Amino acid sequence: MQAFEIGLNPATFGWLLVGLLVAPVAGGLIAGVDRILTAKCQSRVGPPLLQPFYDAAKLWGKETKVSNVWIAFCSWMYFTAAATSCVMFFLQSDLLIIFFVQAVGAVFLVIGALSVPSPYSQIGGQRELLQIMAYEPLLILVFVGIFLATGSFNISAVYAMDKPLMLESGVVPMVLLFVVLGYALTIKLRKSPFDISGSHHAHQEIVRGVFTEYSGRYLALVEVAHWYEVVLVLGVVALFWATSWYAIVILLVLTYAAEILVDNITARLSWRAMLGKLWASGLALSFVSLAWLYAF
Amino acid sequence: MLDSFIKKSRIKSPWLLHFDCGSCNGCDIETLACLTPLYDVERFGIINVGNPKHADILLVTGCVNHRNKHVLKTIYDQMPEPKVVVAIGACGLTGGVFRDAYNVVGGVDKVIPVDVYVPGCPGKPEAIIDGVVEALGKLSEKQNAAAAAVAAE
Repeated sequence: MQAFEIGLNPATFGWLLVGLLVAPVAGGLIAGVDRILTAKCQSRVGPPLLQPFYDAAKLWGKETKVSNVWIAFCSWMYFTAAATSCVMFFLQSDLLIIFFVQAVGAVFLVIGALSVPSPYSQIGGQRELLQIMAYEPLLILVFVGIFLATGSFNISAVYAMDKPLMLESGVVPMVLLFVVLGYALTIKLRKSPFDISGSHHAHQEIVRGVFTEYSGRYLALVEVAHWYEVVLVLGVVALFWATSWYAIVILLVLTYAAEILVDNITARLSWRAMLGKLWASGLALSFVSLAWLYAF
Repeated sequence: MLDSFIKKSRIKSPWLLHFDCGSCNGCDIETLACLTPLYDVERFGIINVGNPKHADILLVTGCVNHRNKHVLKTIYDQMPEPKVVVAIGACGLTGGVFRDAYNVVGGVDKVIPVDVYVPGCPGKPEAIIDGVVEALGKLSEKQNAAAAAVAAE
């Protein structure tokens, strides 16, 4: 973690600003493009590009009405953890620490949802826990794979490589890990078929799952925190071909297009099916990949 | 600057809550038709949410009766300000053909304040979208009135 030891040199400060300010704006724009493309897939016109920002600003200006203080506290914690993990990513920190900070935020979202007796919120919170249980082991196995390939959990080690991470050790293990990361990305984007705790699309919900009790500015915070998390996970996706900016953009566009396609052609799974499919295929793929990386 | 962006955003991001207060489902089908590709209200940032705590506009169809008037009132109270109410269809406006029935209270405005009335049996999707646009005007009027009240203090 060299970046922290030298203090704030201009480049570090620049990346800090990128992580703190540019990342959420990019996340919001990605959400806007996503909504337009999804609408096009359903032969609709879709909302304006800036719609996510209108939504968040409107929510920020609504009357504050919460069932208890935990909702407010937990939404701020979720926001802070998401922002911190995103900034740490841009400062090329340790993948494991980024992962733990992000996980703390994700758990606070659940704690807020479980702090009220509303059955909708309770079910949403428990399903969110199941989702966390499904993707966190996969994400950590991906990081272990990156460690085996680069010899370090530091993101700077990935940038220091002279060939793309995806091509490491005969391509196959890294491609398998990329697929596993795709599972985690689908859950983090709250897209079908893994959107069991609260869909990305409000109209698909009977109530609103894990977000039921968050309202007004606290829902806005959760929304912006979600943008941070999306940028973080897309950042991890970008690590797989981080040798040139063109490659990063192409990889991200292809990955996100695949996510939108999958979202539109699949239906929500039951939680048992989600856990079963994710653990069976995700763990199998990661173990094959890790064994390969370890052996060669 | 943030204030003016929030004001603009309120008009651009109305989230609807649709409550069927004992309608024959005619108005409900027409309301949901607004979400289909033909009308696609998401063009205007409109989302149909299922949660009063997230909603800005309450769409009510059907005549209110003595059993569900409490539900209607609760849902209205759970919505954070600023909010507006749109009553849809003959029943929502006055109780319609059921107005004299022993269990019927009447129109939605007997229980909660209604801002926009969309007539019809059922209300047409075009009329419902029109009503929502009208409601957005009321929403900005309300927020201007609130701002004026704060300034007057």
